[in-house]
Amino acid sequence: MMSKIRLMIVDDSLLIRKKIERVHDQEKYHLVGHAMDGGQAVALFNELRPDLVTMDLTMPNIDGIECIDRLMAIDPDVNILVVSALSDEATGITALEKGATGFLMKPFTEDELSEALEIASEELVS
Amino acid sequence: MIENNLSVFIDCITRYFEHLPNKNIDVGTPYLVDETDEIEGDYTGVIAISGSYNGNCYFSAPRGLITDVITNSGESETSEEMVLDTVGEIANTLSGNARKNLGAEFIISVPKVFNGTGAAQLASVEEQHTYAIPIRWKNHEALLGVRLD
Repeated sequence: MMSKIRLMIVDDSLLIRKKIERVHDQEKYHLVGHAMDGGQAVALFNELRPDLVTMDLTMPNIDGIECIDRLMAIDPDVNILVVSALSDEATGITALEKGATGFLMKPFTEDELSEALEIASEELVS
Repeated sequence: MIENNLSVFIDCITRYFEHLPNKNIDVGTPYLVDETDEIEGDYTGVIAISGSYNGNCYFSAPRGLITDVITNSGESETSEEMVLDTVGEIANTLSGNARKNLGAEFIISVPKVFNGTGAAQLASVEEQHTYAIPIRWKNHEALLGVRLD
């Protein structure tokens, strides 16, 4: 049996964290933890070493772009799906250049979230 | 400056509600906020704008609208923490989406949220050249306020 993908959620919004917790496919993903800001995310990532991270960008302490840098330095193989309201092209390009696997713009529907998680974790199941 | 960009924020708020199961939103005519006007929503989320613009963006709504957004998002928890979080997340989403048109130098802060009559705390928002965009969704009325210098 294939092991589940270890998922970590990083978002300062309770509403968004709850939505991702509820919508992710529990047959495919194992939710290992969530963080409410960038600093907490780095500490938790070091401890939990998830395969896939959903990453907000506008957060207190350490923002999402800086957080991607730090997570990639710890584990360059981690897959990061950015989930953000920042909709300008430059931010999306920067996130991808830093190592993000995909970008889902807020607001999003449940179907859009499921599809984005699926795409962001494609290489983890192949 | 803001007069030229009101349509950007109207598009953002329309798009936000179009992502909920109950998509029908009426957007009213924007108006310049008078300094004697009070922010009447039960809950208000405020985003500070810096970079290429200086100002604020706020979303102010009654509790009923916020709890309906939460339940329309599929969540059942409507605690005070969740309501405050949601009004902040709406303000964050609307201002973040505006960057599609206003660019990456339109820098937004994390949200500050208020409940009750936060008007006094928001005086700095109202005192200056702020436009309010009224909306009606599911029989609730709310305001998106924008000041850009």
